Amino acid sequence: MSKRNLFALIFFVIMAVFLFISSLMMHPFGNPEKTNMDDEIIENAQIETGTNNGVTSVVFDYRGFDTLGEATILFTAVAGVIMIFRRMNK
Amino acid sequence: MNGMSRIVKTIASITFPLVMIYGLYIIAHGHLTPGGGFQGGAVVASGCAMILIAYGSVWTLGKIKEKNLSILESVGAICFITLAILGLGFGTVFFKNFLIGSEIIFGIIPSFGSTISNINTAGVIPLMNFAVGLKVIAGLFGIVLIMAYASTRRDKY
Repeated sequence: MSKRNLFALIFFVIMAVFLFISSLMMHPFGNPEKTNMDDEIIENAQIETGTNNGVTSVVFDYRGFDTLGEATILFTAVAGVIMIFRRMNK
Repeated sequence: MNGMSRIVKTIASITFPLVMIYGLYIIAHGHLTPGGGFQGGAVVASGCAMILIAYGSVWTLGKIKEKNLSILESVGAICFITLAILGLGFGTVFFKNFLIGSEIIFGIIPSFGSTISNINTAGVIPLMNFAVGLKVIAGLFGIVLIMAYASTRRDKY
């Protein structure tokens, strides 16, 4: 086994153990823990943002920076794809 | 890709307007019903990709250039960031919802609880939905179009 494969195996085992332990530590399915964030958004989303759809109020208002990052990712993907395939076209 | 048979072209032409209406409805009602700019833009781009598969990439690229799609995508991104910066100008912070509570447009605040949906609510969020929808339509369809055109064998023509 080469050194490269050995490192890959060690990394894989570490990741598998990490994911397994973290999946065991999740709270049980169907019993979500009540957090302050849920109540805050459910009670205030309609008053503060005027949105009947709570998910959109989170995506576009409370966490607008996240949407900005997604838009940047999409822009980068389009720019990369067009750059590569325009080169292949000629 | 030289397009498919006449049956496929006819069916794609008939279903294309319905897909467009559904996707634009999802974008326009993003602040009222499930969905939003990303989801509706993906639906519209899928409809455009259906036309692309049915009619072939050469025909489609004759109808719309990928340069115009790039311009549309950039316009969507600039609108989005401009709305965010206007929140900094008229309000207090970046991404401030400065239209809510105002009399201009989209300014009505609904009452708490499950109410009848009014499209004239939610401040700056519908405008951001439109900007993101434009960006996703142009971006996804641009990716599909340019990949289909680059993988076309053009030695037959």
